[in-house]
Formats: sequence, C-alpha cells, structure tokens
Amino acid sequence: MRLALLSDIHANRQALDACLAHAQAAGAERLAFLGDLVGYGGDPAYVVQRVMELAAQGALVVKGNHDVYAIEAMGEGKTLGQAGVLWTQQQLSVEQRRFLAELPLTLHQPPLLLVHASAAAPDRWHYVETPQLAALSLDAACEPPIGGPDVHYVFGGHVHRQTLYYRGGTGKLMPFTPTPGVPIPVPRHRRWLATVGSVGQPRDGRGDAMYALFDDAAQQLTFHRVPYDAAAAAQAIRATPMPPFFADRLELGR
Amino acid sequence: MKALEPGVEVDGFLVGQMMHKGGMALIYETRYADGRDAPFPMVMKVPRMTAGDGAETIVSFEVEHQMMQALDGPHVPYLVAAGDLSVLPYLVMEYVPGRTLDHWLDQTLQGTPVPALELARLGAAVANAAHDMHQQNAVHLDLKPANVIIRDAAAGTPDDAPLHAVLLDFGLSFHAHYPDLLAEELREAVGSPAYMSPEQVVGVRGDPRSDVFAIGVMLYELATGELPFGAPSSKGGLRQRLWMDPRPPRALRPDLPEWLQEVILRCLEPVAAERYPSAAHLAFDLTQPEQVQVTERGRRLKGTGFRTHFKRWLRAAGAQYQPSPLPTRVIDEVPILMVAVPHHDVTDATLYSLREAVRRSLGIRPGARLAVITVVAPGAASSTDASRSETAQHRQMLTMLKTWAQGLPQERHQISYHVMEDSDPSEAILRYARANHVSMIVMGAATHGLQMQRFVATVPIKVAMDAPCTVILVKQSTPFEQLGGAA
Repeated sequence: MRLALLSDIHANRQALDACLAHAQAAGAERLAFLGDLVGYGGDPAYVVQRVMELAAQGALVVKGNHDVYAIEAMGEGKTLGQAGVLWTQQQLSVEQRRFLAELPLTLHQPPLLLVHASAAAPDRWHYVETPQLAALSLDAACEPPIGGPDVHYVFGGHVHRQTLYYRGGTGKLMPFTPTPGVPIPVPRHRRWLATVGSVGQPRDGRGDAMYALFDDAAQQLTFHRVPYDAAAAAQAIRATPMPPFFADRLELGR
Repeated sequence: MKALEPGVEVDGFLVGQMMHKGGMALIYETRYADGRDAPFPMVMKVPRMTAGDGAETIVSFEVEHQMMQALDGPHVPYLVAAGDLSVLPYLVMEYVPGRTLDHWLDQTLQGTPVPALELARLGAAVANAAHDMHQQNAVHLDLKPANVIIRDAAAGTPDDAPLHAVLLDFGLSFHAHYPDLLAEELREAVGSPAYMSPEQVVGVRGDPRSDVFAIGVMLYELATGELPFGAPSSKGGLRQRLWMDPRPPRALRPDLPEWLQEVILRCLEPVAAERYPSAAHLAFDLTQPEQVQVTERGRRLKGTGFRTHFKRWLRAAGAQYQPSPLPTRVIDEVPILMVAVPHHDVTDATLYSLREAVRRSLGIRPGARLAVITVVAPGAASSTDASRSETAQHRQMLTMLKTWAQGLPQERHQISYHVMEDSDPSEAILRYARANHVSMIVMGAATHGLQMQRFVATVPIKVAMDAPCTVILVKQSTPFEQLGGAA
C-alpha cells in the first residue's frame, strides 16, 4: 500500500491541493497528515474541512502545535504564529475546532508510528533536527506507551526539512538528505525515522511544497517536491489582517 | 549459510552448478524453474554467511542490491531478482561472458608481462566503465582485478577494437542518492587494502578519484606483477599511502614506456587533486598515448627521497575525514572540451571568433582539458607530390592547429591536437566526441550556407543534432581593427 505523508500544511490551500493531486497521480492509496494543518496561512477553514473529509474516508491525522494554538485560549503560543492565531481561531467552525481538539498526538500503526514532532514527549514539540534527537524519538517510538518493538518507521514533520535518519555501521543514527523524486529503499529489517518536510511552508529557499510517499510493499520511501501557486497562497494571506511577512516568506521559500 | 545443492528451486529459479567460491559469496549457474528462456545466461550470487559472520557481510549485500537496482548501462550486469534478506538473501543477475583482469595479471606473474599497449587498452576499458558509473552519481570503491570482467568480443571484432569492461561487486560502493549504509560515525576504512585510495583510508567515501587511484594500482600490478603499496593489514601500513610514492614501475620493468609510467603514477598521487580529475581524463590519455605530457614523474627510475616523504608524512598525520561533493558535480567541473577547427575556406574572422569562444569556455572551467581537432579528406594527400604526402600534410595541419591555439591559456589547461582523416567531417567529430566523453563541442556555425540548411544538413547542423553533449556554434564577430585589416 502506498501512503502519502503530508505535514505542516499551515493553511496553505494551493500547496495542499497540489500535493494531493501529485500523490494521487503517484498512486497513493492512503493519506496521513502529520500535524500543523493551520497557522500562518490564509485558508484555515478550507484546509481543515478538506482534511476532515479525507479523515472520514480513512486518512490518518495527528495533532501539531499550531493545531493546539488554534483551539486554545490566547497567551499560550510563543512563536511568530501568535500574530495570526486569533484570526485563525475566528475562521474555524465549532465542528472544525472540535475535530482539531480530538486529534491524537501520535498514531501507532505497526510498522509505522506517526507523530508531529518528537515521539519522546510528543506534547513538548521538540524539534527533531539532529541525529541525537532523532535517536531519542526513535527509541521512544519503539517502546510503550508511545509505540512498541513492532515500529520500524517513524514519520513526522515540524522541522520543515526533508531528512531521513538511518543506523550506520556503529548503530548510531546518520542523517541523509534525500534527492527529490528518487525512491530510497528502506528495508524493514532496519529502523528509520523521516521528517517529511512541509507542504505549506517550505523554508529551505526553494519554494516548492514537500511531502513523501511510503510504499509498504516495495519498502521504499520517496521524498517529493511539488511546485504550486505560491503567489495565490501569498495573496490569500495579504487579504487577512495577518502580518504581510507571512506572505513574503511563502514567495521566498524562507 | 550452507551451500545450495544443484537442483534446488529458489523463488522460481533452478539452482545449477556452483561456478565460483569467493570469499564473500558463492556463485551458481541458474535458470528459470519453469523452463522459460532468459534473454541472457544468469547466475545466482548467495552471500556466505555463518553464525560467526558479522553484520558487515549482510550490509554489503544490502548495498550491492541497492546499487544494482540503481545503476544501469553496459558496464553493470543486469539485475534479474533479489531474495528477501530475512529469508534467503540472493541476487540473480546477468552472467557476463569474459575474463577478469586476474587473467592478465597471471600472465605477468608467469613471466610474460602484458605489453604496454594492451595495458593501456585494459586501463581505458576500466576507466570508461568507472566513468559511466560516476556519471550515474555512484563510485565503485572496490575496484580490483577480480572485480573487472573484460567481456568476450563478438566474433569478427578487429583485434585493436576498444575493450569493453563490466564491473562487479558493488558491496562497498557509494551512491549519492541513497543513505550510505557503510558510513560510520567513527569512520573506519572499508575496502580492499591493496587497492584502497588514501582518502578511503581516512574514511572518505564518494570521491570518483578514489576509483582512479584503484585503476592506477591495477595498472601498476598488471605491468610489474607487484603491488605499489603491498597489501598491508595494519592501520599504520594503510596510512603509508597518504604520503608515500611507490617505486617507479620502470625501476621494476625497464621496457615500460615513460608515458605509461606517467599515467600510472598520476593515478597514484596521494592527494586526489593531483590525480586525473576524472576517469574520462584517464581514458583520454590511455587511448592517446602520443598526447601524454611526460614529466619527471614518467622518467624517474628512483623512488622519492626521504626529505620529501618526511614532509608529506607530517602533513598526512593530520589528514582526516572530509565530506566530498556529489560524484557528478566533481566530474562536471573537469569537462573535456573539443574544438573543431576548419582548415580551408575559412576567414581569419571565423578563426578568431572560434578562439575567443574557446577561451571563454576554458576561462570558467579551470580543470578542463581541450582537444583541438581538424578533419581532412582521405583523398587530399598525394603519393607523388612530396609536399602533399600524408605525413607532410599531417604535419602542416598540426602546425596550423598549434598556431591557432597560441594565445589560449596553455599553462592551466592540457591541450592536445589531432588530425583526423574522414570523408564525412561530422561523423568524425561525433565519433571522437563519443569515444572521449567530450562534454562540449565548439565549432563554427558556417552561416554562409544557411539558406541551404533547410534542404541539406551541413556539418554543424548534423553535429548539433546527433552530438552526445552540448554544442556551441560560433558565429563570426570580429573587432576588425584588432586584426590589422587582415579581414
């Protein structure tokens, strides 16, 4: 089964639609959303509604920190996202906010474990950005209560970068920066952790949306970059009271 | 694991006789169990694993599977199927009929050294195969005589036709598109000690020039019967090659030409930047010995002195791991450029424009080498008129090319000159470009025939259409005052 892994959509309608179309064309049979559906972007209601519908059809969804900000009372958020939090909250219906509130922090679906940030304390939103932090997350995912020894793949987002961590010769984790579009063999006798990048808020200077496609049968993982209409996404942000910087950064991919 | 019995069926393959018992794997003849015909003879490679074996055997088997899936082309055996690692690991692949380089090594060891020109043909075949792999963003990292097969030539192939090499055993290879399963936090050398490059000793994986080094070791061994750095088993012994020059091969085999020693020792330079910058450059010299610029390196008969070695030893003591860029990026930076210079019906303005275009192209590519060629018609020489004899004409053309090239930055680029004889200039240019991995062809646009080009494909159009690389067609544009009224 081919599973599309989409994370950090950040209310970017154009990027979400582009990635979903790409995934469908690439033969994805199931979808997984790895958190941060909203925040920063100009179309939170559309994105949450679309994901709700897909979840009703079987898509897997876990909660991200921005999804929490969108439903909690103000004063919690400590990032730039705060400026847009109030506006985002106003856009969402009661039903949509309930959907976000009820999302789990992790999903244990052997051999997979899905989590927005680190499986070591999922509600603390630690960034998995070094091999050491990846090892902590992977270890936590392979033990109860988060997961178990049947976990071979940990997929997450939060860092907005595409990186695959694997065990090298000495057993330590090694980072690998994938080439977009190249299927990477990820045999099940090893354990792997991947950050799949961000659909709606690329920050590596290359504006294309990011997601990954996991092929269960072939045991392959392919990281993708998908071009989308960033100008339209930026325009949607400029039409809101949110800081124009959110729009600019989309066009720059920063 | 235990050896398979002939007649056993594995995942639809019928296992036949064992053909080879290697240190790491067993090779069996195999065919489809349902009697289906395969497009080529097949072998099954099964890793040798016993309870005592470490994870290394299985990791390199995993790497080999990964590589064979990713690589294609005529220099890699075709992969048919692979077994599940956790059940029965095996690879079914194309059987390549031919002989490994061990065959030629045995010749030398038995007292009939392989002749220099044959060594060059063998070396060029391996370099071509390695370059093909490097262009696919991979590095072999375990080239040795047993891992190179020279494919049997088809019946009727001329004796002096280029040889075709197929590479085997990708268990230690590196591919930039995949996680390097053999990389370690504390980088340890992986490879065959006798053939391993200095940078591999300190843990660098992914530099195509490591393969150039291994080809140098093989050529040295095939030429002299000895290994340039022995086959050390200790870490200290391995590190010797970080600073040591081997004994010049001509000290062991005086009949070896200077140009071949030049080539071999250039491959074996301890610092990668001083070797051939790509396997294509190496193949270029091996196929065109007359173009090799012989330096002291090619002429020396005594080893490097203690003082030089000591200085290098001090420098090498600090050598350690550095990440290397993508293989394709490394070889893209050192292209082989080719310029086709016309020798008649040509204005000074055209020649001037052509030279300026070449100068600009070389200017932004510091490691590039340049082949300056011209094509003459076979009938142009005269057997009665001495001034128009073949050799005289050849000499004239070479002088013309060298005169033309004056003013190009000679000191920073290797420039060679070639006069080719062919009635079809575009075919000659294309053939040369293909055979030498040329990355860019520069030639005149021949605009005087433009009206006709809709109906008749002129030389530049034919070259541009069929070239394996970029073609720059130069239009004449001359600052006339600089030519002193010559135009």
